[in-house]
Amino acid sequence: MPKTLFDKIWERHLVADDLIYIDLHMVHEVTSPQAFEGLRLAGRKVRRPDKTLATADHNVPTDGTPVAARIKDALSRKQVETLEENCAEFGVPVFSLGSDRQGIVHVVGPEQGMTQPGMTMVCGDSHTATHGAFGSLAFGIGTSEVEHVLATQCLVQRKPKSMRINFVGELPFGVTAKDMILGAIGQMGVDGAVGHVVEFAGPAIERLSMEGRMTICNMTIEGGGRAGMIAPDQTTFDYVQGKPAAPTGAAWDAAVEEWKQLYTDEGATFDREITVDVEQLTPRVTWGTTPDMVVGVDGTVPTPESFDDPAERGQAERALEYMGLQGGERIEDISIERVFLGSCTNGRLADLQAAADVIRGRKVADGVYAMVVPGSVQVKIAAEELGLDKVFTDAGFDWRGAGCSMCLGMNPDVLQPGERCASTSNRNFQGRQGKGGRTHLVSPQMAAAAAIAGHFVDVRTFEPAGEPVAA
Amino acid sequence: MDPISIIEGRVSDLPRDDVDTDQIIPARFMKRVERTGFGEFLFHDAKEAPDWNVEVGNPILTTGANFGSGSSREHAPWALEDAGFRAIIAVSLADIFASNCTKVGLLPIVLPEEQVRAVAAAGDARIDLDAQTVTAAGEAYRFEIDPDTKHRLLNGLDDIGLTLNDEAAITAYEERRAASTFPGPSSLSLPPETSLSTTPVA
Ligand code: SF4
Repeated sequence: MPKTLFDKIWERHLVADDLIYIDLHMVHEVTSPQAFEGLRLAGRKVRRPDKTLATADHNVPTDGTPVAARIKDALSRKQVETLEENCAEFGVPVFSLGSDRQGIVHVVGPEQGMTQPGMTMVCGDSHTATHGAFGSLAFGIGTSEVEHVLATQCLVQRKPKSMRINFVGELPFGVTAKDMILGAIGQMGVDGAVGHVVEFAGPAIERLSMEGRMTICNMTIEGGGRAGMIAPDQTTFDYVQGKPAAPTGAAWDAAVEEWKQLYTDEGATFDREITVDVEQLTPRVTWGTTPDMVVGVDGTVPTPESFDDPAERGQAERALEYMGLQGGERIEDISIERVFLGSCTNGRLADLQAAADVIRGRKVADGVYAMVVPGSVQVKIAAEELGLDKVFTDAGFDWRGAGCSMCLGMNPDVLQPGERCASTSNRNFQGRQGKGGRTHLVSPQMAAAAAIAGHFVDVRTFEPAGEPVAA
Repeated sequence: MDPISIIEGRVSDLPRDDVDTDQIIPARFMKRVERTGFGEFLFHDAKEAPDWNVEVGNPILTTGANFGSGSSREHAPWALEDAGFRAIIAVSLADIFASNCTKVGLLPIVLPEEQVRAVAAAGDARIDLDAQTVTAAGEAYRFEIDPDTKHRLLNGLDDIGLTLNDEAAITAYEERRAASTFPGPSSLSLPPETSLSTTPVA
């Protein structure tokens, strides 16, 4: 019987009925302390420290604070120190503040080569689906499940349903992976994929870089999906090869042979399937407080009356009120005060490069505070080797240290009430980037262009003529 | 976790869709390393909205579609539980949130919209987990729940203890994998940390 990629990975990891084996468990400081405490109280140990990797990311300041003990906020300091202590006690490797491998958990895994095709991966974080870009099954879990995986290396899990999103057509100039996923979420809604593991497929996916694929899988949860995945191919293998944890020599060849079996068989069926025509896409900008409240940069903010469903109309009204916007306003007329370039969605080297290409030789608009936060220390080092830090600082951007930063209001990088931000992160929820903050989700190129213009602009016409924008 | 069988009492109503975990508990209140004490931060910012009138302190919460979307933070169910809620009756629930609820003894229930509205309108309800019913204003509505989850909740069982009963199967799986052509990466084989700074604190 023909099988989906998801079926194949699932079957290989079944230990018993509804019990799957976890190949890699990523851990961070916010969702793990209670789990380690649970182990301690029960007298249990971490079953497989070699399949566990921790990093500090959500809480850490991005101002270059060199060690946990120097974090000014007492509660954040306690969480990061607790992570370090727990990892030392249980023998789990940890990249904490001061390590040159510290960074956002979903940037660190792929960059260390710990994320490989065909694996099962979990983390106490909903954006774990990012790792599915390598053809692995990766999803977010809660703290009780973190404890469960630490103790047993397994997870109790009923097999979710399957869904495929086919991206057809040729990606137009100036339209990126971020626009593809925002387009898909706009089309299916924020609960369009609830209960499903989503495979992203189609020619537009196959042509994407690994960074683009990670951006897409990252936001699966924003469509309600449990996990997102993309079948591995040569692009994947090339990316993994040579990374610190990647197999070498004969083991590499054997691994690639195995990984080549990871695709959805001809004739395999999904519980749900949708098609997104990428040729219809323009650069996307969210206008509301859920990621499906999204339009093209060439469009206008919808009016509440344009929604037939009374519930949706009410939601649109509340969202516009919160965002301080009027229905009918042109997106390009919306001015911004802050720009945030970073997060596990768009904080990788390719994202920073794409943004740098837009701003090179230009200046951030008056009244705009723009920050760039590399997703990891490794990304920061690589970007500095390419001189990107110079490009950003010359333009007036703040060049920061690695972490989640203003993706969520949990560390010193936050929006003030009423501040409007062009953000490359993944959630525009009320208060997500700081109480009362107003978030518009965009691609790195669009965020960079908005920083220069002081309002949203269409990066396709903003670009110097003829120069292509990387996907 | 305490066993759950009957949940009975007043109903609080939050009649909207897409109440995400950032609204249930904003990230800045997730910095505790303990499991308790999150109740005071429940709906911390959301409740400032002028039309907010959700009573806290009742055992049952009714709400709309896609409740608990967004972050996987178990702090959201912890905050709800700490504030006194024992069951959430929604039109639909985000996956991770629903699963997290069952780990903290908070019963996640999905019912069709008219039924959720009827329960909210009644103002009082009685939930019988064993019978899988919600009774309000004399009407009984049946809900579905995964049999294993139900068994675990009814008996207050520890998930980890249950899985460790499969120890032999886990070990056998690990041995099989270790002998295969692709045993998977090891985090312990990464170069050790050398740069973790030991700078004395000023
Ligand atoms: S960058 Fe944002 S979405 Fe990603 S792990 Fe950090 S807080 Fe979560």
